[in-house]
Amino acid sequence: MSTTSSAGRTLATTAPATTPQTTSPTEAAAQATAGVEATERSVAAAAHRPATGITGAQSLVRSLEAVGVDVVFGLPGGAILPLYDPLFDSTVRHVLVRHEQGAGHAATGYAQATGRVGVCLATSGPGATNLVTPLADAYMDSVPVVAITGQVASGSIGTDAFQEADIRGITMPITKHSFLVTSADEIPQRIAEAFHLASTGRPGPVLVDVPKDVLQATTDFSWPPRIDLPGYKPNTRPHGKQVREAAALIARAQQPVLYVGGGVLKAHASAELAELAELTGAPVVTTLMARGAFPDSHPQHLGMPGMHGTVAAVTALQKADLLIALGARFDDRVTGDLASFAPDAAVVHADIDPAEIGKNRRADVPIVGDAKATIAELVTAVRAEQAAGTTVDLDPWWAQLEDWRQRYPLGYDWPEDGSLSPQYVIERLGRLVGPDAIYASGVGQHQMWAAQFIDYEKPGTWLNSGGLGTMGYAVPAAMGAKMGCPDTTVWAIDGDGCFQMTNQELATCAIEGIPVKIAVINNGNLGMVRQWQTLFYEGRYSNTRLQERGTGGPADGDRAGRPVRIPDFVALAEALGCVGLRCESRDDVDAVIEKAMAITDAPVVIDFIVGSDAQVWPMVAAGASNDAIMAARNLRPVFGEGQI
Amino acid sequence: MPRHTLSVLVENKSGVLARVSALFSRRGFNIESLAVGPTENPDLSRMTIVAEAEAAPLEQITKQLNKLIEVIKIVELETVAVQRELLLVKVRAPLAERTQVLQTAELFRARVIDVNVDTVTLEATGTPEKLQALLAVLAPMGIKEMAQSGTVALGRGPRAMSGAGSGLRAVDRSA
Repeated sequence: MSTTSSAGRTLATTAPATTPQTTSPTEAAAQATAGVEATERSVAAAAHRPATGITGAQSLVRSLEAVGVDVVFGLPGGAILPLYDPLFDSTVRHVLVRHEQGAGHAATGYAQATGRVGVCLATSGPGATNLVTPLADAYMDSVPVVAITGQVASGSIGTDAFQEADIRGITMPITKHSFLVTSADEIPQRIAEAFHLASTGRPGPVLVDVPKDVLQATTDFSWPPRIDLPGYKPNTRPHGKQVREAAALIARAQQPVLYVGGGVLKAHASAELAELAELTGAPVVTTLMARGAFPDSHPQHLGMPGMHGTVAAVTALQKADLLIALGARFDDRVTGDLASFAPDAAVVHADIDPAEIGKNRRADVPIVGDAKATIAELVTAVRAEQAAGTTVDLDPWWAQLEDWRQRYPLGYDWPEDGSLSPQYVIERLGRLVGPDAIYASGVGQHQMWAAQFIDYEKPGTWLNSGGLGTMGYAVPAAMGAKMGCPDTTVWAIDGDGCFQMTNQELATCAIEGIPVKIAVINNGNLGMVRQWQTLFYEGRYSNTRLQERGTGGPADGDRAGRPVRIPDFVALAEALGCVGLRCESRDDVDAVIEKAMAITDAPVVIDFIVGSDAQVWPMVAAGASNDAIMAARNLRPVFGEGQI
Repeated sequence: MPRHTLSVLVENKSGVLARVSALFSRRGFNIESLAVGPTENPDLSRMTIVAEAEAAPLEQITKQLNKLIEVIKIVELETVAVQRELLLVKVRAPLAERTQVLQTAELFRARVIDVNVDTVTLEATGTPEKLQALLAVLAPMGIKEMAQSGTVALGRGPRAMSGAGSGLRAVDRSA
């Protein structure tokens, strides 16, 4: 039964005005885009003007404007206070978050959805340390983020001053680079360098720590500054000889697989990838970080590889004679036991980061370069091979792949206790909302189901925390994505455990006018941990249950044996200024999703009460060989004698 | 495990040493010896790092080092490269036994840099092996205290890691 609350109330939002019914969505989008561009140009023009006798803080705001920043996520405090004064008058929109972790993930979500650099601000000490998790998250997933932190005044550094933390030291292993600005004159150069580092080569987070006295000092401003990074020369052009060697292998392989990672999305290389896939006829697998890089509807797409990948994708890698790894890093969640991973495959490994090549798996043909340039050159080189008469019949390989795909499709059982199936909820959400929306997920079972049961057709429509596995990522990341793509519907698919880590950003969304939609897949448990406890710890559910059951005592009323909703997510949503909906039965799923889709002027939270014993399948147990994949519980795929 | 000597040119900025040493520890490597000092170019410092590692992990740590923004260039020096350490050692040397200490010093071309009634302080340079040998001979006489530098090294022959003008070049591009 679905319940709506706060129906018909008015929200004081600063959201973009609703498009008049007379304008078509395309026209509206075109107008909106034109407006944005015009604004950016005029801001950039104004910011490029030199200035003398301004403060370091003014110089920093001008630098942000000049580098093209349109939105920053942050929360002020003592050390960064001087910056917030000129920011008040800036064209840069500041979104006031409720916790700095939210600012960091919002910057990440913004960057993943738009491809531009996301920016977050925090004060010194605890403000800065609250950015540690999102910075580590962005580092693991190579997301271009610039974090600007206030620092105690230069003279106090090292004295354990109030709200002092060595944030540059703390974040050294989790940032691509970090700066401590020592003079106000450096500010434009450091900001330009930070954005250059974050967005080029292998993208990643960069931290700029600015002491309070530097923000208050008097300085001059001019743009563009000189960028002086003599040790930074990312290699984006692939080596021609390596490309030709790779093409020779690709053109002759009888069982090739295109193993596609997040680097293809970072390089905006989906079109090139589609061309290479269709030219070679090879099957494609897209990792968790690459969902959307190749359309799920494409017949050559076998799905996601890895611990919870499809049987077809995992087994194709295992049985391949050639892996063409593009912007992927042979993560342990993809390879399983490394020694038995793809034992018969030669490896072409293309990545922009030379340190990834050969890190986990030896590469027969290493290619260092940007994925877009590399794939484009591979297309040319493979075409030359084909023109020279090199052709391979992939029909036997495809016959095998089709057999696996048909015998072991993704699927799920309905819970025996009659409760709602979480997979069904996510599957229906994907169907009803469609491939144009952006989906951001938390971490755990719901993340895997969202990766499995929603069809991604376009780049930048699937945002998640892949490398670090950060619970709490979804709500703030969705907020950031919506700020970056205001005309796109943004859904967060979250678990009840994850949601309780960062849901306070819904207050930000309600007040700042960021109408995201949150589907809480509420099974009352830390579901993925519970699944492992079921499978590997004899069902001893140590500290994974998030909800109490009523005891029938005076406080419980008639709720004996039934879950007591702590917190009640519908009431919580209302308290945070959102619309709260609840769904507990299969018959209501479509209606509640459609109801949420119809609300466009406020954030919406749907509390989907689902069964607590649903499990993610297929599964390769941690550390096991991919050959030991289980299609479902106690169901080992039969590959049979004489199979490839 | 084989010993490797890496010569690393880095920007002369605060925090670089922390980045390099943190990288080694984060990736699970032990640094056997580390020496940092200025170079012919005031904008650059040279780190000489000696570590024990197999070839594949060494290649991985070198690639990771190269990713540090302030690292300009890394060269693995061949075993024939000129490698030297500096040793200061305070040896017990009462008058009756002093001749023996001084003869040992002469054999190893060590210099006496401080003398008093009970001890002699020697300064010696050489390969790590030579200094080990010196210490082995001095040990029975009684080593009161010692300080030893990390290895510093340069490749043999006329070539240099940073030729004139090739070291620091500003990338003149706006972000």
